[in-house]
Amino acid sequence: MPYGRSSIFKYGLSLDQLAVRAGQIPRPGPQIGPFKRSEPDLAAPHDLLPLAEKFQSWKNLADQSCLDQPVPRQIESKLEQLKTIGRELAMGSHGGFGQSKEFLELVKSIGESRSKSEEDRIILREIETLKRRIVEPDIPKRKMKEYIIRLVYVEMLGHDASFGYIQAVKMTHDDSLLLKRTGYLAVTLFLNEDHDLIILIVNTIQKDLKSDNYLVVCAALGAVCRLINEETIPAVLPQVVELLGHQKEAVRKKAVMALHRFYQKSPSTVSHLISNFRKKLCDSDPGVMGATLCPLFDLVTVDVKSYKDLVVSFVSILKQVVERRLPKSYDYHQMPAPFIQIKLLKILGLLGNGDKHASEQMYTVLGDLMRKCDASTNIGNAILYECICCISSIYPNPKLLEAAAEVISKFLKSDNHNLKYMGIDALGRLIKLSPDAAEQHQLAVIDCLEDPDDTLKRKTFELLQKMTKSSNVEVIVDRMIDYMISINDFHYKTEIASRCVELAEQFAPSNHWFILTMNKVFEHAGDLVNIKVAHNLMRLIAEGFGEDDDTADSQLRSSAVESYLRIVTEPKLPSAFLQVICWVLGEYGTADGKYSASYITGKLCDIAEAYSSDETVKAYAITALMKIYAIEIAAGRRLDILPECQTLIEELAASHSTDLQQRAYELQAVVGLDARAIESAMPSDASCEDIEIDVTLPFLDSFVQQSLHNGDQPYIPEDERSRAIDISNFSNQGHRESSTHGLKFEAYEMPKLPVPSHPPPPVSHVSTELVSIPEPSYSRETQFSPTNPPVPSSDAELKLRLDGVQKKWGKPTYPSTSSSSSGYSSSPANGASQMESAATSTSTSRPGETYKDLKKAEVEISPEKQKLAASLFGGSTRSEKRISTTTHRASKGGGHSTEKSSVLKPSAASTTKANIPPQPLPDLLDLGEPARLSMVAPLTDPFMQLEGLLDQKESGSSGTCAVTDGSNKEPDIVSLYSDLHMDEQSSQSTLNPLAPSESNSSNLRRTISGGLAQATKGPNLKEALEKDALVRQVGVNPTTQNPNLFKDLLG
Amino acid sequence: MIHFVLLVSRQGKVRLTKWYSPYSQKERTKVIRELTGLILTRGLKLCNFVEWRGYKVVYKRYASLYFCMCIDQDDNELEVLEIIHHYVETLDRYFGSVCELDLIFNFHKAYYILDELLLAGELQEPSKKIVARLIAGQDSLVEAAKEEANSISNIIAQATK
Repeated sequence: MPYGRSSIFKYGLSLDQLAVRAGQIPRPGPQIGPFKRSEPDLAAPHDLLPLAEKFQSWKNLADQSCLDQPVPRQIESKLEQLKTIGRELAMGSHGGFGQSKEFLELVKSIGESRSKSEEDRIILREIETLKRRIVEPDIPKRKMKEYIIRLVYVEMLGHDASFGYIQAVKMTHDDSLLLKRTGYLAVTLFLNEDHDLIILIVNTIQKDLKSDNYLVVCAALGAVCRLINEETIPAVLPQVVELLGHQKEAVRKKAVMALHRFYQKSPSTVSHLISNFRKKLCDSDPGVMGATLCPLFDLVTVDVKSYKDLVVSFVSILKQVVERRLPKSYDYHQMPAPFIQIKLLKILGLLGNGDKHASEQMYTVLGDLMRKCDASTNIGNAILYECICCISSIYPNPKLLEAAAEVISKFLKSDNHNLKYMGIDALGRLIKLSPDAAEQHQLAVIDCLEDPDDTLKRKTFELLQKMTKSSNVEVIVDRMIDYMISINDFHYKTEIASRCVELAEQFAPSNHWFILTMNKVFEHAGDLVNIKVAHNLMRLIAEGFGEDDDTADSQLRSSAVESYLRIVTEPKLPSAFLQVICWVLGEYGTADGKYSASYITGKLCDIAEAYSSDETVKAYAITALMKIYAIEIAAGRRLDILPECQTLIEELAASHSTDLQQRAYELQAVVGLDARAIESAMPSDASCEDIEIDVTLPFLDSFVQQSLHNGDQPYIPEDERSRAIDISNFSNQGHRESSTHGLKFEAYEMPKLPVPSHPPPPVSHVSTELVSIPEPSYSRETQFSPTNPPVPSSDAELKLRLDGVQKKWGKPTYPSTSSSSSGYSSSPANGASQMESAATSTSTSRPGETYKDLKKAEVEISPEKQKLAASLFGGSTRSEKRISTTTHRASKGGGHSTEKSSVLKPSAASTTKANIPPQPLPDLLDLGEPARLSMVAPLTDPFMQLEGLLDQKESGSSGTCAVTDGSNKEPDIVSLYSDLHMDEQSSQSTLNPLAPSESNSSNLRRTISGGLAQATKGPNLKEALEKDALVRQVGVNPTTQNPNLFKDLLG
Repeated sequence: MIHFVLLVSRQGKVRLTKWYSPYSQKERTKVIRELTGLILTRGLKLCNFVEWRGYKVVYKRYASLYFCMCIDQDDNELEVLEIIHHYVETLDRYFGSVCELDLIFNFHKAYYILDELLLAGELQEPSKKIVARLIAGQDSLVEAAKEEANSISNIIAQATK
């Protein structure tokens, strides 16, 4: 289509039209067009054609303007001219309805402003004018409407128009729909749901929801979606529910959307209304049905199980849509109701996940859909993409997978970047099911990786991450790090850094490589990565490979020490990295005898001095110093403390930070000890010994008994205490509280006796649904205290306000517990299905011929790219799909089939071999190796538990097994301490490494148990909390007791 | 879910904003600044999606105007691209080959149409015809009010003569 047919050129034809556009001259008869014109549409849909053509032309303009620059510029200059003409016309006429000359002037001057500051100046002037005008008495409503539109304009350009909010609120009260609509538009744009003025609108909304003009109801429902918050939901809920049965489909649709919004805000308030969504799915209007899919999607996401019965309905709806049974008006670019199709596919994907039976019902319709879909339009591709998502989510079907792979290859081969992007994303989904799917697209993937488009590049990294295995991890992570260094976007830098770390931890081919990689990540994004990563690194260096290979361990450590000594001289290292460096230098700096103690301590002092503002680093440095001195003394060497170390210690001993002070004093004390004492206080290389912790703290029993004996009050756990307070509060002030705890939105009732047997219907639902809440419900509490005079009298009143109470009950935590439990139960099935699918996909793996053909066709591809491709995709036929779930790792035991890959494609296999070291070192955390299966060490180390403190989401299972597995050896207190410090400042200063005997470790126990009580929180939260509280109460301030304790011990 | 809709001109001037998730005025300004910087500088042939702060922003350029929508990570980008186009087609139908000027001077009408299309961050009405009918219904009321006002002013004018 030629450029000339653009809409903008059409303006040239009719200046009247322009004026109409500017809202000045009333549209002449035929020009009111869109609606008048749309009426015949109903009768003869063919009339749509010229319109569609016009869209096409405009769309083409949009597309083509993207292709080459000169044309849009030309158009723009034309546009500029036309704009001026239009404005002049607009100015010339005498201020039409709604928009005054003043306002048009404003818009014009904004349009002409050359800079942001100029624009700001204009707007500020406008704000001044409006502030003055808006408070004038007796403003005609029409004028006020314009002021409000001007306020919207001001707000839209990023300025504060809060002075006029109240006027907008007032306008919603107006009787005229025109003004009311403007009012609603303004408030929905101005106010967030937590704004104070909302309360003033609720009453209007209530009134409007009852209006018999459906347009008023629609406007009110629109405002409901935006403005009603958790607190005000009860005020409008009954009316919204009623509107679900309204005769106008537009109202029903909006009511469904409003309920959906309520569900998002506070699921408990509408939990009893969920059945309505199911009902509305059968609505006669497709628009209402389509709207119902939104809430159902959310509901299915949370709880798949209860909606399995709907699979049949969804499939049949989808079938009807595909067969074009919906009205023509839902067609979009010749596709039948594509937006509804996409929503349905999303829901089906969720419902069929890991469920063979449900999935089988979908296969036919999915197959039909894939076949019928028109891949030439964008919307057709959107549906195809959604199909792939669905197919890769449900129980796999080989035929559908094949079809999906075909579509993906079409996407990837397309010149359109959008399709490439979707293809990469879809490939990432499919690769979970058939790992060899990526192979035939390797060069396309490489192209995307080197594409100048950042978005595409990032998506490709995502894909690469999914197909990483130990054979290609080096290439992938190197690429990622290079990219990470090159970007400035902090958000993405953090993300990609954590991805690098994750991959490196999972697949590292050697520890040396791992450490080098981590060094790079830390150096460039150290402040962005989670501190856990630093802890992991320390743990890895401390643990090494595990039990049997000591020489490799020490090699690893010395290589780490060496690389750190090299790096440390560089300026401006991130804090987390420095912490690791200090810790490693302290533990292993002198271990291999290569570096003298004075050299290492000198370096440590340098660090502490160079980063003197970072207390954590200083703390690490001084603890490292202490360790080195302790090792020196224990080895019987003469200790010479460098003068700069001496000054550092003295300086820290006088530090404002008590923590640093404590560490400095401890160091001084350690230095004064003899070799024997040190040997038991700080045994060398004991950082990864397990520590046995008894969270019941039996050693305190006697102390507690004695206190009780002396007449102290027994300890009440915190939650019980707070509950007791609640109850007493309620029984004392029950009457008052019930009247203050919620706003009353309903009109007061007539002063007659309420009939107790006639409670509002939804309430009964709620009370049955909410029984499972552990906290006592209000109704029960009122029965607790029947002796209290005010309560019985307020009983009836309480019933009236039950919608307020409902909100009180509806703690947001309630539904999530049920959902998470169902999530757990479904996950194993999911995992199993994935394994099975992996098995099926390997059995049906495509023959090597196609691949070879492809290879031939790729002759002209640069060798560099081929090399990269080979290194990335080299071993991809190996069924080494590693997902970090332990069950999966365990299951695939001997599932390596390297031979198969080398048979299939000799060319690539040779490069693979080159990449894999001849004698592959055991992977770091690769539990897939049979030998590692029996090993539990990574699960039971103290650092992991300490991370548990930070990351409470971690399930308690790993933590608990560590406790029982502990050895009786004396732990390395200092190293633990240094880590504990970071995790929990509050637990500092309980430890005194001087104490060499039993009581020391028990003392240590106390400190750690405080934390561990939290670490083991997973299975039994309440118990853990109680213990935690107990620990805090008894041992919260140990500094007052410990000095005496240790004095006794040390004599 | 769509978190917000932005219409920005090629010069970075805001033409329309609609926020479905709560953002303070300060955040809004920041978001707009960040996104215009990100999107307006993008090359012509690159894809219409941008990853931004853990969300995805889908944008499309029509003549000199950029339509942007911010969506969740797991939403279908192509679909959102079509929602944008759907909106544009609806606008086009209403204004009769729409251009930037229409939106500048009648931005409140663009808001009304958007409100009929999207509600609470979801597409509420996939049929252009129904949207057009609703807007027409509202506008006919406006026309009625206008006539009323005109006749009143005529009466007043005649009375004061």
